[in-house]
Amino acid sequence: MTSVDSVPTPGAALVRRPGSVRFLWLLAVVAALGLLMAASVAIGSRGVGWSDILAALGGSSETIEEAAVTKRIPRTVLAVVVGGALGLAGAVMQGVTRNPLADPGVLGINMGASLAVVAGIAWFGLFSATSIIVTAIFGAALAAVFVYAVGSLGRGGPTPLKLALAGAATSAALTSFITAIVLPRGDIAANVQSFQVGGVGGATFATITPVLPFLAVGLVISLLSARSLNSLALGDELAAGLGERVALARGVAALGSVLLCGAATAVAGPIWFVGLVVPHLCRLLVGVDHRWLLPFSALTGACLLVASDVIGRIVARPGELDVGIVTALVGAPFFIAVVRRQKVREL
Amino acid sequence: MTATHSLAAEELTLAYGERLVIEGLDLVVPAGSITAIVGANACGKSTLLRSMSRLLSPRAGRVLLDGKAVHRMPAKELARTLGLLPQSPIAPEGITVADLVGRGRHPYQGVFSRWSREDDAAVAAALEATQTTTLADRAVDELSGGQRQRVWIAMALAQQTDLLLLDEPTTFLDVAHQVEVLDLLTDLNRTRGTTIVMVLHDLNLAARYADHLVALAAGQIHAAGTPAQVLTEDCVRAVFGLDSRVIEDPTSGAPLMLPLGRHHVDTPAEVSPRG
Repeated sequence: MTSVDSVPTPGAALVRRPGSVRFLWLLAVVAALGLLMAASVAIGSRGVGWSDILAALGGSSETIEEAAVTKRIPRTVLAVVVGGALGLAGAVMQGVTRNPLADPGVLGINMGASLAVVAGIAWFGLFSATSIIVTAIFGAALAAVFVYAVGSLGRGGPTPLKLALAGAATSAALTSFITAIVLPRGDIAANVQSFQVGGVGGATFATITPVLPFLAVGLVISLLSARSLNSLALGDELAAGLGERVALARGVAALGSVLLCGAATAVAGPIWFVGLVVPHLCRLLVGVDHRWLLPFSALTGACLLVASDVIGRIVARPGELDVGIVTALVGAPFFIAVVRRQKVREL
Repeated sequence: MTATHSLAAEELTLAYGERLVIEGLDLVVPAGSITAIVGANACGKSTLLRSMSRLLSPRAGRVLLDGKAVHRMPAKELARTLGLLPQSPIAPEGITVADLVGRGRHPYQGVFSRWSREDDAAVAAALEATQTTTLADRAVDELSGGQRQRVWIAMALAQQTDLLLLDEPTTFLDVAHQVEVLDLLTDLNRTRGTTIVMVLHDLNLAARYADHLVALAAGQIHAAGTPAQVLTEDCVRAVFGLDSRVIEDPTSGAPLMLPLGRHHVDTPAEVSPRG
């Protein structure tokens, strides 16, 4: 209909997005992640010097200091991976549900993964890493479907508040189930403790490696959903008018986010609010285009979880707070702020 | 300038759950013209429009675009020929005008393809046609109702479809902005040959702006044809249950409907030339 000449159409310059601003923010977030990772390796209950860090990075763990650093490296990697997964999963969920309150924790999905794993360990003797990851993803998917179905009941379909309430109620119930399963089972209490409160302490590369393929698949599916999420953001009717197969697109994106938070929960336990806070911050930085928002949410989620882990080690010296507690302390007030903002509008 | 496409409904039956909304309806949309669908609340106008843009699968019958059932066509292929502007689309918080209009390019983009020069040109042309170029960097939230509706139409234009369906494009607009939007749609129809089908509430604006008027009552077509053929006192009584007088609009020659309520009327129910 419109002819495309070799001469740029007047007004085309206005159409181009301010990509340079976003690129600068990208550099800033990558730099921040690098600094936070360095801090995470350097800071802990035991003070270490740069020589210890360098030696540990080189593979040495002869002194106590070097050994401490050696333990912090996989922990930092885990915080990056899990934080990235949760930040991205949150952004995808907020896009899929057009719900500013969506978060793997708030919607009960992480608790679904945890309950599935705890039940599997208690009743079926789950042991291998892969079986735990698959069980967690299965539990996450069940919880997601259940909460969405309950939150869609009644007038107006899945409104933000109804969905969040359904998720919170489901979370509370699932948490009680976990307690009920674990209480009489002193033999497995130590194994399942990490599925009651999320944390990254005690991570080794042996525990991290099996989860990476699942996260990688979830990452690819989520990032490829960016364009679909952009059209879903305009409402289902308009998205369909733009040639989007709405149910399919929503299902694929939801699958990506469930893979991410199920796998993340399998390796780090249930962590709340990273997926809630991060996309809101990223929207302020790079806007509402999911092609930018999704990768940014992954990077910023990694930053937030590494920072939370470092804070957890500093504030409770000589012990440490689990990172799941720190993110809850940061995230709960944020959640209230989002709810209280003039009106909870759909994204 | 554009290829003409035929859009028609054949023995179309539409339902929400158990409730039949449209039953056995046949409709041919004249190519290259403006069709307005009018009718009382809940008569199935929007439902019909939703089905023609395949948002709603028919219970029976078919919607045919160039002889092919739209519900069987690939989604993106259909979206390159037939555009839809629903009644209440959602503008994501903080989205800019250019970004929103750019989303109209969705049917032309694959998962991996990049934003192209054609995309740029289509968006620029859409902004220009709707006189929203100067708003390109503004947030959609900040705009007035009339501006916002122009931006949504720009988004539909960026989709570059030869057929455009609009569900009550003038709702929530004051009369000046209603006329502005309808003038804009008429421009599109005249300069590009875009076939336009819209649901309108205001009978008189529909009669003035449409080439083809379709009056719907209880899920059936009560009358279809030129506004002069369709907008009669009998038709208004049958479709809306309202007594009225229909006179010739002195400014356009189109029929003009004057409702006869129970008050403020000097000569109720007088027989008129168009009755």
